[in-house]
Amino acid sequence: MSDSWQSSNIKPLTEWVNLQQPPTYSEYCQHGGYQGAKHAVLEHTPNEVLEIVKNSGLKGRGGAGFPTGMKWSFVPMFAEDDENAPENKYLVANADEMEPGTFKDRLLLEGIPHQLVEAMIIAGYTIGANKAYIFLRGEYHLAAKRLQQAIDEAYQENWLGEKIQGSKYSLELYVHCSAGRYICGEETALINALEGKRANPRAKPPFPQVAGLFGKPTIVNNVETLSNLPHILKNGIEWFQAIAPNSDAGSKIYGACGRVKTPGLWELPMGPTLREILFDYAGGMQDGLNFRGLLPGGASTDFLVAEHLDTPMDYDSIAKVGSRLGTGGLIVLDDKNCPVAMVLNLMRFFAQESCGWCTPCRDGTPWAVEVLTRIEHGKGRIEDLDTLAKLCDFMWIGKTHCALAPGAVEPLRSALKYFHDDFLQHIEQGCCRYNPESLAKRTQVATAGRAVS
Amino acid sequence: METIDTITIDYQHYLTANEIAAIEHEASIMETREAAGIEALKVVQEHRGWVSDDSLYAISDLLAMPVAQLEGVATFYNLIYRQAVGENVIHLCDSIACHLMATDGVLTAIKQHLKIDYGQTTTDGKFTLLSNACLGGCDKAPVMMIGAEHYEHLTPESAVEILQRLAAKEHTHE
Repeated sequence: MSDSWQSSNIKPLTEWVNLQQPPTYSEYCQHGGYQGAKHAVLEHTPNEVLEIVKNSGLKGRGGAGFPTGMKWSFVPMFAEDDENAPENKYLVANADEMEPGTFKDRLLLEGIPHQLVEAMIIAGYTIGANKAYIFLRGEYHLAAKRLQQAIDEAYQENWLGEKIQGSKYSLELYVHCSAGRYICGEETALINALEGKRANPRAKPPFPQVAGLFGKPTIVNNVETLSNLPHILKNGIEWFQAIAPNSDAGSKIYGACGRVKTPGLWELPMGPTLREILFDYAGGMQDGLNFRGLLPGGASTDFLVAEHLDTPMDYDSIAKVGSRLGTGGLIVLDDKNCPVAMVLNLMRFFAQESCGWCTPCRDGTPWAVEVLTRIEHGKGRIEDLDTLAKLCDFMWIGKTHCALAPGAVEPLRSALKYFHDDFLQHIEQGCCRYNPESLAKRTQVATAGRAVS
Repeated sequence: METIDTITIDYQHYLTANEIAAIEHEASIMETREAAGIEALKVVQEHRGWVSDDSLYAISDLLAMPVAQLEGVATFYNLIYRQAVGENVIHLCDSIACHLMATDGVLTAIKQHLKIDYGQTTTDGKFTLLSNACLGGCDKAPVMMIGAEHYEHLTPESAVEILQRLAAKEHTHE
C-alpha cells in the first residue's frame, strides 16, 4: 500500500458507520455527534457558517463538483423583519442515488443516518430554510426506515422542530421516497418530482437557489457533500483541508465494482491514484482476468485505460485526462467482458431513463442502442461507427436540455476511442468474440459455407 | 343548439378510509394538494398492489387535479404499476455492475423457472418479473429486489431457490 495514503487514517464520514445497527442518538452523541450543529446554531450567525463552509473548500460530491459554499451564497438572505422575505426556503438532500455503479450514499444513509440529519440542520440554518426534505430513492427501504428513526429521535431531542436547542431557528425535516427515475437526481427534475410532477428538468435560469421548490429559494445537495458539514463545523477549516494532501479538501468515499477481488467502498483522503484504489483497496482483478479499462465516477463518465492508472482521483487531475471524478465509484472492465456489450448496457439504461423532454436525448439514446445492438450481435456495418460518432456530437453539451444525454455520450465516445479494435472486430467478423454462443454461431456459418462451396 | 349530456361521477367513495387518511396526511405536509400525487399513488398501490383506472380517477378527485396529469405522473415513474402485478414483483437489477458480474445467467434461470419474460406475470399470479435500474448493491452483484427485500450475490441456483422459498411461504399463508 502506498505510504502517503496509508499514513492518514482520518475517515470522518464513515468512522462510526454501522450497517448492522446504526448509532442511536446517544451513541452518535458519544462519538461527537451534534457538536457541529451546536456550534453552528448556537454560536454562529448563518453568515459566519457560510464563510466557514466557503473557506473550507468543500465541493459537491454528487458528480458536478461545484463549491458548496458558493452554491449556498446565491440564496437570497433577508433580515427577520424584511417584508420581501419569502414565506419559506427549502433544503433538499439528494439521496436519489441511481447512477449505475454508485452505492456510496447508501452506506451513509443506512450506516449513520444521524450524520445526515445533523448536516441538514447546519445547512438549513445557514440558508434560512425552515423546511427540508430528504429525497430518497424508492428502492432504499432500509435507509427510509433508519432515517425516519433518526429523525424521530432528533425531534424528541429538540434538534428538529420549533426553536432548536433554545435558539430562534426552527426546522421541519421529512423523508420523501421517490417512485423511481434516474433523472430525479438532476436537481431541478428532483424539485419537480417533489412537487408531484413528472421529473423533467427545468430550464435555468432561474436557478433553484433563487426560485426552486414551489417557486421558493431552494438548495439541493448530495448526501455525501452534506455529511461533511458536521465535521467541518466541529473540527475547523484547517483540519478539513489538511485531510487531503493536495489542493482539494477533505475525504472522498471511493468505490469499485466489476470483477475485482474485493469490491467495496473506502473513505480516503481526496486524491489517491486510480492504481491505488484498484489494486490496494479493491485487490486488483479476479484471478485469470486482466484489466481493460474503467469508468472512474459512475456510468456517465469517460473510460480510462491502463495508461491513466497513475492519475490521482481528484476533480482536476481526472478532468485533465479526459474524464470526471463523478461519484468516485470505479466500474472496472476486465478482458473477458465485451466493451461493446458494456456500452450497450449503459446506453440502454440512459435510453430507458431519459425523461423524453428534448429530442436529442429522447431519440438519440434509443438510436445509439439500436446501432450498438446491431454491432454487438454481429450485424454491424462499418458506417455505424460514423453514426455513433455523430450521435455523440448531437447529444453533447449545449444541444440538450440537461446533462443526461452528455452523460450517456461520455462512456460511448471514450469506448469508440479506446476500444476501437473491438468495435471493428465485431463488424468485420460479424460476431462477438467474448460471447461463446456468438462465436459458435459464427464458426457454424463458416463451416456451413465451406461445405457448400 | 345541441347540448352534450355529461355525467359527473364521484370517485372518492372508491378509496377506503385508511387510504384517504394516508393521502390526506401526505397532502398536509406539502404546499399544494397535487404535490401529494406521487405519494397518493404509492398509498393506493400499497393497499391494492397496483393502480387501476378507477384508483387513478379517485385520487385525482381527492387531490382536485386533472386525471391526465396524474396519469402522466403515474406512467413516468418506474415503481408505480399501472397494470395488475403478481403477489411478488421481482425487480432484477440490469445495470452495469450486475451485467459485468454475469446477471444474464440469473435472468435466464428466473425466466425458465417461472416460464415468463420481462413484464409478464405467472399464471398462478405469484410472480411478476421486471428489470430495475441500478439497485445500489454493485459490490454485491448480481442483485434483485422483491418487496422491500434486496437479495445479493445471486447465482442462477440461488435466485431460483429464493423464488421457490417465496412461493412456498405464500402457500402456507393461505
